[in-house]
Amino acid sequence: METPVYPAHNYLSNGHTLRSWLLTKDHKRIAVLYLISISAFFFLGGLFAVGIRLELTTPQGDLFQPDTYNKFFTLHGVIMVFLFLIPSVPAVLGNFLIPPMIGAKDLAFPRINLLSWYLYIIGGLFTLFAIVAGGVDTGWTFYTPYSATSSSSNVAPVALGVFIAGFSSILTGLNFIVTIHRMRAPGLHWFKLPLFVWAHYATSLIQVLGTPVIAITIVMLFVERAFGFGIFDPQRGGDPVLFQHLFWFYSHPAVYIMILPALGVISELVSTFSRKRIFGYSFVAFSSLAIAVFGFIVWAHHMFVAGISVYAAMVFSFLSFSVAIPSAVKVFNWAATMYRGSISFEAPMLYVYGFFGLFLIGGLTGLFLATLGTDIHLHDTYFVVAHFHYIMVGGAIMGYLGGLHFWWPKIFGRMYSEFWSRIAAILVFVGFNLTFFPQFLLGYLGMPRRYHMYPDEFQVLNVLSSAGASILGLGYLIPVIYFAWSLKYGEVAGNNPWGASGLEWRTQSPPLTENFTEVPTDIPEAYEYTPKVVREAKLV
Amino acid sequence: MGGIPLFPEAASSFASEVDALYLFIVAVSAFFTVAVSIAVVVFGIKYRRKHAEEIGAHIEGSLPLELAWSIIPTIILMVMFGWGAKLFYEMRVPPDETLQIYAVGKQWMWKFQHTGGQREINELHVPMGRPIKVLVTSEDVLHDLYFPAFRTKIDAIPGRYSQLWFTATKAGRYRIFCAEYCGTKHSGMIGSVVVMEPPQYQAWLAGGGTEGTMAERGAKLFNDLACNTCHLDSGQGRGPSLKDIIGKPVELAGGGTALVDEGYLRESILNSQAKVVKGFAPLMPTFQGLISEEGLAALIEHIKSLSPQATTSAPALVPAAATISSTPDAPAQGAQR
Repeated sequence: METPVYPAHNYLSNGHTLRSWLLTKDHKRIAVLYLISISAFFFLGGLFAVGIRLELTTPQGDLFQPDTYNKFFTLHGVIMVFLFLIPSVPAVLGNFLIPPMIGAKDLAFPRINLLSWYLYIIGGLFTLFAIVAGGVDTGWTFYTPYSATSSSSNVAPVALGVFIAGFSSILTGLNFIVTIHRMRAPGLHWFKLPLFVWAHYATSLIQVLGTPVIAITIVMLFVERAFGFGIFDPQRGGDPVLFQHLFWFYSHPAVYIMILPALGVISELVSTFSRKRIFGYSFVAFSSLAIAVFGFIVWAHHMFVAGISVYAAMVFSFLSFSVAIPSAVKVFNWAATMYRGSISFEAPMLYVYGFFGLFLIGGLTGLFLATLGTDIHLHDTYFVVAHFHYIMVGGAIMGYLGGLHFWWPKIFGRMYSEFWSRIAAILVFVGFNLTFFPQFLLGYLGMPRRYHMYPDEFQVLNVLSSAGASILGLGYLIPVIYFAWSLKYGEVAGNNPWGASGLEWRTQSPPLTENFTEVPTDIPEAYEYTPKVVREAKLV
Repeated sequence: MGGIPLFPEAASSFASEVDALYLFIVAVSAFFTVAVSIAVVVFGIKYRRKHAEEIGAHIEGSLPLELAWSIIPTIILMVMFGWGAKLFYEMRVPPDETLQIYAVGKQWMWKFQHTGGQREINELHVPMGRPIKVLVTSEDVLHDLYFPAFRTKIDAIPGRYSQLWFTATKAGRYRIFCAEYCGTKHSGMIGSVVVMEPPQYQAWLAGGGTEGTMAERGAKLFNDLACNTCHLDSGQGRGPSLKDIIGKPVELAGGGTALVDEGYLRESILNSQAKVVKGFAPLMPTFQGLISEEGLAALIEHIKSLSPQATTSAPALVPAAATISSTPDAPAQGAQR
């Protein structure tokens, strides 16, 4: 086997000035811009989580003022949801990988892709401005009438930030849809596409159809605050519950914007590290679309205790269970893929194992909240907090980190430390469970969410949770070090260090600006593993 | 870990069934978590890569398996849905005979009023063994009245009544939390519910309430606000008679009917033009901002006392808006009981 050589010409060497980055139309460079910016917001959002967990180690509100604490959990939520989770997998990995996966040179609209990043940054700057100006305390859900009339904090700039960042999300979705329809290499029909691409297609549909609704809702909130319109404030004839319908009509599907791309990543990883075709390809592909469609008709399960009628609650409970089935189908197919595979345990696969544990628990605990009889008790308690962190952190971030470890050698052409990456994956898994599992117990015991102080009987579980958070934090910091190290000192990766079958692994690492020297024509079936593929993989 | 309880105290008639349903879902979840975890761990060990060039077997999939793992979970989920929906219905629809309490959330306290006239802040005394219905609203932002020991909660929404009910089964003192974020001192908006044996409860009732019952206070307000000048018992006044109207549908001027319950009365006082009774001119002024939540509740109790045969409680199920039927002839929901 030859030693791979780092290619002299690649997208990273194509210009070194700041200008060459800020005015780039290369989807790969834009993905790197996103990688840097969402990572910055991730650690900023994490900093607020540190504040929350520190405060909650004692029952008294003795570390921060109540208003400060309320701003911490609000900003943690706003930043993590709108500025990290929603763009995470699509804007970084999807942006970088969809064109090479389908044998294209770039996305359909390279300029719009750059515009998306600028909109994201402008939205983020509004949020940063709000933090500097004193923060916002409404909770990331902005419930009226508190957000419309009562809160004296910086609701308007944050709402405007979310509004602008939303357009970034819409444009990215639109770009992906057109790209997947129009830019596939000759012979690459839909059922040869990687499931990562299917997942992004489903996600893009939600982004394009759902995001305008939150934009409209924010405009309504804005005019209510600025001009005193009576849309949501009952004192002026408005309806405060209307806001919740509108907010969740977007924000529940938005959960699937966060998780579906991660599910796409998991499909790629399970297949690659089992060296085997994904079990039940078309079922996994269509389950993504089913989740996207069903995701739009379950929103009122966030409102079972908000005074909606008994019959409306029953309909939404029933529909909510329908989302569970396609999610379960995916998990069963991934497990079946491993049967008679050739399984190896590099860091990306460890994230897959972690993902299985956390996504299972996260998904199944959703059943407690879809079930009406138990939701009344659990609603707005720490049980809900634990559930959505298992999905969004356990599911989405494990998928994102697994994907980042998997494609890092493709993106930057070099390997990171095998040892430290495994340690970090294990720390994240252990720390995550220690942080969030106690919160399920707290929730059933009745501890409401968004509490600055709490009764003494909840302290032991809260201390466990804070202890876990410190391990989790460490697990997130270690990769920063070895990833940075790998950029200069990492072993040269070669085209295909994992022996994976996708088209993106046929080109050099890092790829050329045009991705391929010529358009790939001999398109194999998806996930076709033959001895030849594996033997040639390690070669340049 | 031995010292950490897994369940809060169970002190209502629903609590044991909520716990049973919870344990059922725990069992289903544990089964699937363990089954999939064992599968992926066993596969990982058994099929670990033996040499660098090994590849996995070529398997496309299996339709029978796909059907099995779609249909079997669906059946289990439908059981879960059905059980949860049945329990929810029981928890949301109170029996006809209830003891009624009014609760008002405001930043950052809970105010309770008993029909006998007793008022409490952040503390609620209730008798054991009797169904209790709490009509909940808010003076400012959203709150949520949450009784973990009773396994129930409901949002307090400004501008309307929502309700919950329970039968307390165990004497003692339990927590009340505000479960919907409401601003600075959200976490300080906590109180306690005191469940008492009926004799002690009677003694407690006798110890307070010097301002008269809610209905009596309401009757005074009815005169002070000059309601009595139009709403004559004879029905000959400029407004409809309020005698014997509770729990019955009324025809509206714009077509359709409305069920007269607390939600309808509340809306008609605060937003008097919304649902005018057929045959009357829309003359009534709005009392929005002129009457406190407590005064409003007292006024409603007074009007309810004019319908003696409707007992202590009207079958108010949902906010008034949901009880309007779109066609004039259709009986209003709930009117047939």
